[in-house]
Amino acid sequence: MMSTPAQHALDSVPLESLSMSRGRIARAYLEEARSECLRYLRNPGFMLPILMFPGLFYLVFGILMAHSDAAGAGRYLLASYGVFGVMSPGLFGFGVSLAAERDNGLLTLKRALPMPPGAYLLGKMVMAMMAAAVVVLLLMAMAVLLGHVALTAGQAGALLVTGVLGVLPFCALGMWVGTLFKGQAAPGMLQLVYLPMSFLSGLWFPLPMLPKFLQTIAPAWPSYHLDVVAMDAIGVQSANVLPHVAVLAGFAAVFLGLAARRLRRHG
Amino acid sequence: MNATNRPVAALHQVVKRYGTLTALDRLDLEVRPGELLAVLGPNGAGKSTSIALLLGLLRADAGQAELFGRDPQDIVARRRIGVMLQAFNLPPTLRVGELLRLTASYYPAPRGVAESARLGGVDDLLTRPYGKLSGGQQRRVQFALALCGRPQLVFLDEPTVGMDIEARQKLWAAMRALVAEGCSVVLTTHYLEEAEALAQRVVVLGRGRSLCEGSVDDLRARVAMTRIRALSDLDAGVIAGWPEVQSASREDGRLIIVTPAPEDVLRRLLNADLATSELEVRRAGLAEAFTELTRDDAGANAAEQEAA
Repeated sequence: MMSTPAQHALDSVPLESLSMSRGRIARAYLEEARSECLRYLRNPGFMLPILMFPGLFYLVFGILMAHSDAAGAGRYLLASYGVFGVMSPGLFGFGVSLAAERDNGLLTLKRALPMPPGAYLLGKMVMAMMAAAVVVLLLMAMAVLLGHVALTAGQAGALLVTGVLGVLPFCALGMWVGTLFKGQAAPGMLQLVYLPMSFLSGLWFPLPMLPKFLQTIAPAWPSYHLDVVAMDAIGVQSANVLPHVAVLAGFAAVFLGLAARRLRRHG
Repeated sequence: MNATNRPVAALHQVVKRYGTLTALDRLDLEVRPGELLAVLGPNGAGKSTSIALLLGLLRADAGQAELFGRDPQDIVARRRIGVMLQAFNLPPTLRVGELLRLTASYYPAPRGVAESARLGGVDDLLTRPYGKLSGGQQRRVQFALALCGRPQLVFLDEPTVGMDIEARQKLWAAMRALVAEGCSVVLTTHYLEEAEALAQRVVVLGRGRSLCEGSVDDLRARVAMTRIRALSDLDAGVIAGWPEVQSASREDGRLIIVTPAPEDVLRRLLNADLATSELEVRRAGLAEAFTELTRDDAGANAAEQEAA
């Protein structure tokens, strides 16, 4: 059938024919996540510190120095160093890379490209979750093989899930810091968040060993709540985890909101 | 290709301010289907700001930016464009093939990885990590990324900066091939010979306005300057004071005179220095036209009035 001139004019702007199928959009999300994971898992400068610090601390304090009460201390510290280890891919994976990419033009390029809007953040989230899983698996392997901590499959699974989902509030916090600072300023700022927060949440020394005042304000830190959930997961101390999960979810939502607002305003 | 002559991208009376600085001052700009448009201008003229508005990276304070008849922030419009920006770092640990695969995944009907790599001249680099490539190789990868989505409009911001002559020639050939396919290209460049060699149309920006717009020949005609080059002992400073002389200077021991009235100046020059030798006279190129157009204040204003 011949097309009329009017139809032809419409044909010449075939925007709708360029709409992406659901499958192709899903594929774009998948490719973005895959690239983020490959990119960071290949980067020893990123993975080594994330694995080394919790691994080394756990080796020294949870295994070598905990002979007397091996299983008890080993189990307790598996939870707290696990949380310590999970925080860093969230904070640094998100914060440092976002700050760097805002600085080096990659984020600008991605915004100019037709990347599906959520793919960038989702990709980084998946990467942080993968890195968190690797940290938790490493610490659990050390606990079971070297520290003779007995974990049931259920406990191991629960701690893994805690770690993989527990990284998300720290992703949100890291993202927010990454929107406040550009380039090289972010890593230093994130250390200032990461280390004190770990200490104040009782991840390095058990909370009862800290001054009373610090014990009182500990619930202000998300890592405190994640530690409660982690301790429950591997049977150190059972607790009603729901309120703690709710606090973590709320924390994630608030910082995600703050960060998204800043990103929209300032790019 | 596009049957209508509707522009593929346009700025209409766009104003963009950064604080008190007006980067774009009621600028009109059109990119027509299938053309290679070179956007020229000195630093701060508003080239990058114009591109950023067309890509949806910035919002205009007044006026309208349009990409395929839509808001540039509409992702549907951006699915038809390819982008090569000036300064950005791609993830150094990703391989070239992986970068192409990732970028292609954003588009509805992209080229295959092999085809994009061939067009960008990076087929031998597919398994190399991006961070291990030389500057020129990285630029070629960025070019391949710009065209991997089978775009109808490609933005190339200073694409050949840091390339050697051979690499530049290759990229020029690739750009010509893109245009031959019917793709529109917006090119910003510092190298005027690049615009001269490639562009069907040139827009010269100065202080946020369009100073001049037309083909390379139009532009040259607009500034009817001639360049005289000769071996002579005369003082350039004195010659600069002669009537009809726009500028006189000394380069590599040779006298260079730019003038709109070469016959008069030549007559006087030959009379003044009988020993004048190795005389060359040629029509001014785009470079001289460009300098003339963007000369500050008087020059720019004159050109603006001329354009108006």
